[in-house]
Amino acid sequence: MSGTSSLAAGQLLFQRDLRLAWRRWDQVTDPLVFFLMVTTLFPLSLSPELSRLRDVAPGVLWVAALLSSLLAADSLLKSDAQDGTLEQYVLSGQPLTLLLLAKTAAHWILSGLPLVLISPLVASALGVPGHALGVVMMSLVLGTLTLSLIGAIGAALTIGLRRGSLLLALLVLPLAMPLLIFGARAVELAIIGEAAAGPLYLLTAMLVLSMTLAPLTAAAAVRISID
Amino acid sequence: MLRGVSFAIGAGEALHVAGPNGVGKTSLLRVVCGLLQVEEGEVHWNGRSSSDPGVTFLESLAYLAHDTALKGDLTAAENLHFSVGLKHSVSAQQIAAILADLGVADCADLPCRVLSAGQRRRVALCRVLLSEARLWVLDEPFTNLDASSTAHVSETLSRHLAQGGLALIAAHQGLSLHSGNVTRLELS
Repeated sequence: MSGTSSLAAGQLLFQRDLRLAWRRWDQVTDPLVFFLMVTTLFPLSLSPELSRLRDVAPGVLWVAALLSSLLAADSLLKSDAQDGTLEQYVLSGQPLTLLLLAKTAAHWILSGLPLVLISPLVASALGVPGHALGVVMMSLVLGTLTLSLIGAIGAALTIGLRRGSLLLALLVLPLAMPLLIFGARAVELAIIGEAAAGPLYLLTAMLVLSMTLAPLTAAAAVRISID
Repeated sequence: MLRGVSFAIGAGEALHVAGPNGVGKTSLLRVVCGLLQVEEGEVHWNGRSSSDPGVTFLESLAYLAHDTALKGDLTAAENLHFSVGLKHSVSAQQIAAILADLGVADCADLPCRVLSAGQRRRVALCRVLLSEARLWVLDEPFTNLDASSTAHVSETLSRHLAQGGLALIAAHQGLSLHSGNVTRLELS
């Protein structure tokens, strides 16, 4: 038997999470259905005029994506913590940071990517013009990736807490505010036909920062939480 | 919770941690594994602190906790492939052989959620066996096992000790091993 490299271990965990999701679809469908419900209910409560819907579309899309990501973040480590798998990660001798990064990547594929893929349809229903759909998708790719990474910190800090979901939301929301502001701004600029590069660059910077710091922080939080 | 606890085990030796519920048996095992920090004291492996960089303690350790760390939606074979694979590569044949050895070959392709508690325990024990670790830390390994399974696990444990392995076992039952030097640590 030969020792598993860190990269191979991360890959294995990534594959395992995708296989688990294949067996249980709720991890994929729950956030997606929530996203669709929120974005569908808003137009019903407002005027059906496309011009009015277009004005609120950036905010509706981004608030729905943010809340949907929060909902999904709760499940990121919960099952592993409950069945003792998380302890086995810690004792595997592999870098916990890398394992959590692999888990977060799988989590984004399962909960963030479906939102991105369905967003052009939802945005079109909210009156967003075709030329802005690319920016909608790009902003959501950057935003949901960052939200998954920040969510990993919140999930790690709230392992084993009975009211963890609420606390997770309180922990993650302040960190997610800049994403909401710049993400919605990027979509808004794209709708009125102006360059959205500025907010997208800022979203990219936040993603890079999160990718660097979030796995480290989440790993430290896991060690504290299982103690 | 624990005060003044000190012990040493060497190759071919097992420490049987006993005591009433809530006395700290699991906590002691978690401390040894490094999952629980202590206010005072240290765990040493091969003469050096187990947390020192360069000490290959985790590579030499296999831990069986109360929770089996099995995913209900994965089959027994898949669970072993993914969990053991984090440490080292393991073939499907090796997994099948270990499952057969512990009498759960029939469960290989069944999702773990449909297995009985005893079968799940035996699959979790397969992970320890496949780990090829020198130190086995087992928390109540005989829970939910029937008499023949208990005897079989004891036999496996004896073999491990005979090959120079070490074991730290928290168990209510007495340990009857054919080989290996078993010391009893009674916590109160």
